Amino acid sequence: MDLIADRISHRFGALEVLDNVSFTVGAGEVVAIVGPSGCGKSTLLSILGGLMQPSAGAAELRGAQPPDSRNPLTFVFQDFALLPWCSVEENVEFPLLHRALSVGERRAVVEDALRRTSLSDFRATYPKQLSGGMRQRVGIARALAVRPAILLMDEPLSALDSQTRELLMEDFIRLLADGSMGAVYVTHNLEEAVRLADRIVVLSRRPGRVRDVVSIPMTRGERGEIAAREKLLALQSQLWSLIREEAIDAEREVQHA
Amino acid sequence: MLERAKTNRGRSPPGVDGDTRPVSFRGAGFTPKAGRWSGWLALLLVIGLWQLAGSAGWVNPLFLPTPVAIARAIWQLAISGALWHHLSYSIMRIGTGWMLGTIAGVIVGFAIGLSSLARGVGITFISALFPIPKIALLPLLILWLGIGEEPKIATIALGVFFSTAISVYSGVDAVPRSLIRMAQSFNVPFHAIVRRVIWPGALPSILAGFRISASVALLLVVSAEMIGAEFGIGAFVLQAGNLMQTDQLLAGVVILSLFGLAVGRLINLLETRLLHWR
Repeated sequence: MDLIADRISHRFGALEVLDNVSFTVGAGEVVAIVGPSGCGKSTLLSILGGLMQPSAGAAELRGAQPPDSRNPLTFVFQDFALLPWCSVEENVEFPLLHRALSVGERRAVVEDALRRTSLSDFRATYPKQLSGGMRQRVGIARALAVRPAILLMDEPLSALDSQTRELLMEDFIRLLADGSMGAVYVTHNLEEAVRLADRIVVLSRRPGRVRDVVSIPMTRGERGEIAAREKLLALQSQLWSLIREEAIDAEREVQHA
Repeated sequence: MLERAKTNRGRSPPGVDGDTRPVSFRGAGFTPKAGRWSGWLALLLVIGLWQLAGSAGWVNPLFLPTPVAIARAIWQLAISGALWHHLSYSIMRIGTGWMLGTIAGVIVGFAIGLSSLARGVGITFISALFPIPKIALLPLLILWLGIGEEPKIATIALGVFFSTAISVYSGVDAVPRSLIRMAQSFNVPFHAIVRRVIWPGALPSILAGFRISASVALLLVVSAEMIGAEFGIGAFVLQAGNLMQTDQLLAGVVILSLFGLAVGRLINLLETRLLHWR
């Protein structure tokens, strides 16, 4: 199943945020979206996931939904969006409560998601008792429980410290390794983008337009090798040179706002 | 720590040249904590002084009866059955009025919190009617509903309704939108979002509203009973005042205070049980 951004434009009142953005996310493909602050990355993700309606253009799906997927487009949120009154297990179970599943099937799905995210020992814990990294793990477990075709990740690591970010990045790489699940990964962190994505869509300063699409010429497995480091750093520099001037302008704009 | 700082004064740590002095501690205060017994001890002290002032003849017992005289009056009321008779009327009025006002307030509060149409209409009406002292409507309600229990219950229900509706829609507004969007992103149906996200998210504000509405109900039942009732704690306090039976009057006040404390305790228990996740 492919996800297509078809000439998406959006404005908030007089403020034009996105302008004619088009790209395709193929089955099992990971596409990162980067760009200066305020270029509409998160707005674009909300439109792609059906949480916002664009002013013009459309988000479209092509091809059949994977038969075992319960929610083809599934978000992983920056602020985790966990229900604070529910335990870890109940949070993971939440999206399954309204599906045609028996109690036994539901428990098995939750158990599997908890195991895959190493949360089995924390099933009875409440979100406030968990660190930021563990909370995001719960968010990921909840997403995995519905077997998404495409994960929509809105800066999922930006609220975390660097060590936790590194650990969760390894988790993402592992989860996306078999190619059964695609992802749209919104980030302002270029290192995350080059480590995780197959392609990187670079947006311009507001209104966000597709400025460039950069393909990463190696597999995610190869990117973990020491020999690949220089290539990845070069790619990072290339991306930074694309957005540097606009990032400075955007920063000045934020300061004067 | 302080001991170590003292002993280190003027001496250099290993590898440091010259005299050293401890950094002065500036982080004290601004963290008030209620002592476990301090409140009760203060209360006992005030009661003791009050009793002493009465027993020593420093104050006229007609104007301020002693705590012992008030306790005796409560005991007499209890064994004569008058206390339970008056209390049962008041509890029936508060219970019925509070339930009616709360049910209506929760329904209207949720409607305002969830529907643009209800919000547009409801907030205007609530803003216009909330500031009116509800007891001022009692004569009108007597005209409409007769002189029985109905106008008193309606007065309490009206008072409870407004504070409940406001706390409910404020609570709904305070539920993080990110949680609602999360539920929508999983295609959770509307009724389930209300039940599993909005209701528990608004519950802290709703329970805080219950605490306020219980006080409002207590205030209104006493006022209503003073205006037009034969039985009830408010009527009893008024009668005692008219007959200059100040020990009986204060006995009624103490009973009201205990009733308020019991309701507050009940709401505390509810909060502990329902908001354990906070």
